[in-house]
Amino acid sequence: MNLTAIKAIYVFEMTRFFRTLLQSFISPVLSTSLYFVVFGAAIGSRIDTVEGVSYGAFIVPGLIMLSVMTQSTANASFGIYFPKFIGTIYELLSAPVSFVEIMIGYVGAAASKALLVGLIILGTAFVFVDLRIAHPVAMMAFLVMTCFSFSLLGFIIGIWAKNFEQLQLIPLLVITPLVFLGGSFYSISMLPPVWQTITMFNPVIYLISGFRWAFFGEAEVSIGLSLFAIALFTAVCIAVIGWIFKTGYRLKT
Amino acid sequence: MPAIVSAKDVTKIYEGGFEALKGVSLDIEQGEILALLGPNGAGKTTLISVICGMVNATLGSISVGGHDIVDDFRGARSLIGLVPQELSLEPFEKVINSVRFSRGLFGKPRNDAYVERILRQLSLWDKKDARVKELSGGMKRRVLIAKALSHEPRVLFLDEPTAGVDVELRKDMWEIVRGLREDGVTIILTTHYIEEAEAIADRVGVINDGKILLVKDKAELMAQMGRKQLCIELQEPIAEIPAGLAAYELVIGTDGCSLEYAYETRGERTGITALLSDLAAQGLVLKDVSTSQSSLEDIFVGLVGDAA
Repeated sequence: MNLTAIKAIYVFEMTRFFRTLLQSFISPVLSTSLYFVVFGAAIGSRIDTVEGVSYGAFIVPGLIMLSVMTQSTANASFGIYFPKFIGTIYELLSAPVSFVEIMIGYVGAAASKALLVGLIILGTAFVFVDLRIAHPVAMMAFLVMTCFSFSLLGFIIGIWAKNFEQLQLIPLLVITPLVFLGGSFYSISMLPPVWQTITMFNPVIYLISGFRWAFFGEAEVSIGLSLFAIALFTAVCIAVIGWIFKTGYRLKT
Repeated sequence: MPAIVSAKDVTKIYEGGFEALKGVSLDIEQGEILALLGPNGAGKTTLISVICGMVNATLGSISVGGHDIVDDFRGARSLIGLVPQELSLEPFEKVINSVRFSRGLFGKPRNDAYVERILRQLSLWDKKDARVKELSGGMKRRVLIAKALSHEPRVLFLDEPTAGVDVELRKDMWEIVRGLREDGVTIILTTHYIEEAEAIADRVGVINDGKILLVKDKAELMAQMGRKQLCIELQEPIAEIPAGLAAYELVIGTDGCSLEYAYETRGERTGITALLSDLAAQGLVLKDVSTSQSSLEDIFVGLVGDAA
């Protein structure tokens, strides 16, 4: 294992993150604050508690998940796409590093950034709402797992994408709708029965439900199922990446 | 000594059927400077890309320093430094970080003294904290070289290193290349500038249409080049070469008005003086005399032309 190389990639990627500090930190904080103002204070004040939790607090896990999922995907996809775009990928391909090491470096950095963003949003949330976390360790575990699994997805998208448009396509058309419809801002029980059934096919629901359980001790689906969903999603991503590495798909000609 | 880079029957067929390499076999000796000459699209870059790992060969095998580039890619690649043809650099990164990154990627521990030495050698030290995008094209080329040297490679590939480079950098670059060779680094450069190959290479390989046409010692090629022709134009046409001039192996022009004499510039005696006085003795009146030399370029064009 070329640990030095993994570290080099990780540090290089994190430097990019800190170089674009404004974009990296301030924009998620700002957008989250806006969500709290609009949904929490303005609309939320007219909504009763949801499952015994004030609406402002209820949306916190969903908001964090929304940001973490989009950030992980965006970070990881951009991280590996950019070298392809500007041609510096030659260096990765000609270095004595395996694809696994390249992946660990990029996915690790993307997940770290997303985790930081998630924690910053959580910190921001404490400013706006009265919040208690029932299972802090489980909360962190869910957060970390989500960061990694969506960074893996982003890594795949970054390798697959041939242009910037494709890079945006899946996050825009798939991830954002799934997250919005995955119960970020509402409880599934609020939906008509038909939609409740349809919602069950949305994988994101299991992540958000599990994450929300870590906060409030109440879950819409069982924790076991949530964990299974994350594990399955991660396994699928790893399998796809394994295939990419074996074939050199869109990396090597 | 076994070859440091050994390619055997390497074939590359790109998706879509384009055959960029057609069974290339090439042994590169340790410590030599090999110039690969060839026109655009000859397969130079593809060959380098296969050796360095950016492109998978369709058939054939390559070893670097005894390590197979597929089975033992770490062993092979850690020996190789590559300066690509394109100025591919992360634009927003600082020069020094970019170079450190390359070193790290090759698994070498951080060594600031070494990185400083390289940057100074390449006149980049003043620019170490500049962002890559702020640099001129020539400076970017220097950064690419610094990156390639950052992990102390034993084999250095320079893919068209002097394309779009000013005289100053070219001079610096050749100085560095010679210095590296003194340290025992093997250097392979591709170019379509023949003077470059002449100036620096130990051996010259000519590649065209995915095939290696020849690999020869530069001195041998130079010897071929060392032949010159003396063209003598006569006032009056002659039907045949006078018997007294037979020893010179003159070739008579189609119009009978010119004679061609080939000679070695490096020989002790070129025989020109004797020939001229013998011509006068035969009563031939000269109109004009000119000389021409076959250059590496002529040889090259001849080879490439024949193959096409």
